[in-house]
Amino acid sequence: MIDREQVAHVARLARLKLSEEEAGEFAVELSAILDHVDLLASVDTDGVEPTTHVVELVNVLREDVPGIELTVQQATANAPESEDGAFRVPSPQAEA
Amino acid sequence: MNSPDAEFEAVIGLEIHVQLSTETKMFCGCRLSFGDPPNTHTCPICLGHPGVLPVPNRRAIEYALLIAAALGCEVAPSSIFHRKNYFYPDNPKAYQISQFDVPIASGGNLAGVRIHRAHLEEDAAKMIHVGTSGRIQGSDASLVDFNRAGTPLVEIVTEPDLTSGAQVREWGQLLRATVRQLGVSDVNMEEGSLRCDANVSIRPKGSDQLGTKTEMKNMNSFRFLERGIEAEIERQTGILRNGGQVVQETLHFDPATGELHPLRSKEEAHDYRYMPEPDLVPVAPDSGMLEAAAAALPELPEAREARYRDELGIQEGAARLMSVETAWAEFFEGMLESEPEIEPKVAANWLTGELAAELRRQDDISLGSSPVTPANLARLVGMVQAKRVSNASAKDVLVKMVSEGADPEQVVVGEGLEQISDSGELESIVDAVIEANPGPAGEVLGGNEKAIGALVGAVMKEAGGRVDGGEVNRLLRERLTAD
Repeated sequence: MIDREQVAHVARLARLKLSEEEAGEFAVELSAILDHVDLLASVDTDGVEPTTHVVELVNVLREDVPGIELTVQQATANAPESEDGAFRVPSPQAEA
Repeated sequence: MNSPDAEFEAVIGLEIHVQLSTETKMFCGCRLSFGDPPNTHTCPICLGHPGVLPVPNRRAIEYALLIAAALGCEVAPSSIFHRKNYFYPDNPKAYQISQFDVPIASGGNLAGVRIHRAHLEEDAAKMIHVGTSGRIQGSDASLVDFNRAGTPLVEIVTEPDLTSGAQVREWGQLLRATVRQLGVSDVNMEEGSLRCDANVSIRPKGSDQLGTKTEMKNMNSFRFLERGIEAEIERQTGILRNGGQVVQETLHFDPATGELHPLRSKEEAHDYRYMPEPDLVPVAPDSGMLEAAAAALPELPEAREARYRDELGIQEGAARLMSVETAWAEFFEGMLESEPEIEPKVAANWLTGELAAELRRQDDISLGSSPVTPANLARLVGMVQAKRVSNASAKDVLVKMVSEGADPEQVVVGEGLEQISDSGELESIVDAVIEANPGPAGEVLGGNEKAIGALVGAVMKEAGGRVDGGEVNRLLRERLTAD
């Protein structure tokens, strides 16, 4: 069960602005998701090796060889603001 | 200053970030660079565009295994990557790919300080804060450069086994030398390829409880870190002694003023909501990778220092310097190679004593940029050892070797600095000096030992330094006591 306060906390971490009403709705929806996970957790997994991945692969690696890079123009093409080739963003300190 | 006082002791643990000197980034093929114009080494992966797939750099894994081997860590049979979630403009994915509960390496020990773990992760972008002032607090905008984003990092975490700022500096220097010796990083603190954070707390002496810690971030030299830690120990001691409580916070030490300032953290409450990175499969180093790492281990500074001290009889200070500063060790080894018959101890003293002092005196030249070669210095030491030149002459020769890149043999021969080995010649100089200085000679005869100094000096001057001071002393005494 997730309460409004937890929703507000998660929203703050995700930088989401929720209205009181939305926080209430999400509390219900997120609780339902957790209930579903609880259902999954009720399956007997004794003797089953925990995994973090669905495919049984290891060591998928690349060689240390340079690939194709973007130009500065391409890299910053979608930036709302750029300056001297850098992305210009509002100061995170001011926003906090 | 090192110990807070009789009542309290400091407990310090370190987190060291080492940028690996691979050619490309951790999860994409963009080149690593330092000092290039902003955003000239980016791609959709390190810019965090949707739908991209990171793939780990094999060499970064190999470098991490080398570090693990050097620190005596245990390598996890299978380690995984996690997403460390946080919102900040230096990381457009809103998570950093790091390792969490199954790091690639854990346990280990370097010079008595236990290593808790070492894990792989990616570096964040570089942010320059612009606006009303240069300081973070007053700025209204930030410029973000993703060249650094995705640079492979190994984070090394120690156990809280350190107890003073001075110890942190020494140990940090040893760790830096060790990683440098592995050839896996530039370990340049000013450029940020090695970054060190310290967790500092104090507690009543003998207690086994840990006090509330503060974190000191990102000092750009071990000397500053040492000073910052000392200042923080003093601050915390003052608080506790006045019955106050230390607040857990992140601090910045300003070396210019010696003051500590609290920093605002990137993420409230450090709630990183780690989750396994679904885009990456586990790293399971096979025996080939582990054997390659073990085989690639060079002689490390800790072992080298012990060998210099115990086997070659080199003084502790010189042995320490040459083990921590790779360039000096290589120079020293080069000397022994070129003149195998010279005494290692004498060679070490000439290198870390005389040459080091002369380099400092002449505009603080670095060893690497000085024209003195290991072979040349070894040659000079050989001549001193064979008593072909006096110590005093050899020091003059060294000055020319540093300033002009002179060849010692040529200077010695060209300037006629070879010691007078013909005892008849030296004796006649001694006799002439005694005759010319009846005053001091009489005093010595009268029992004033100190007066002999003036006569030794006169003989040396007469002989142009081409004589051994001890020999002159001996001859003078012989003349002035014999009767």
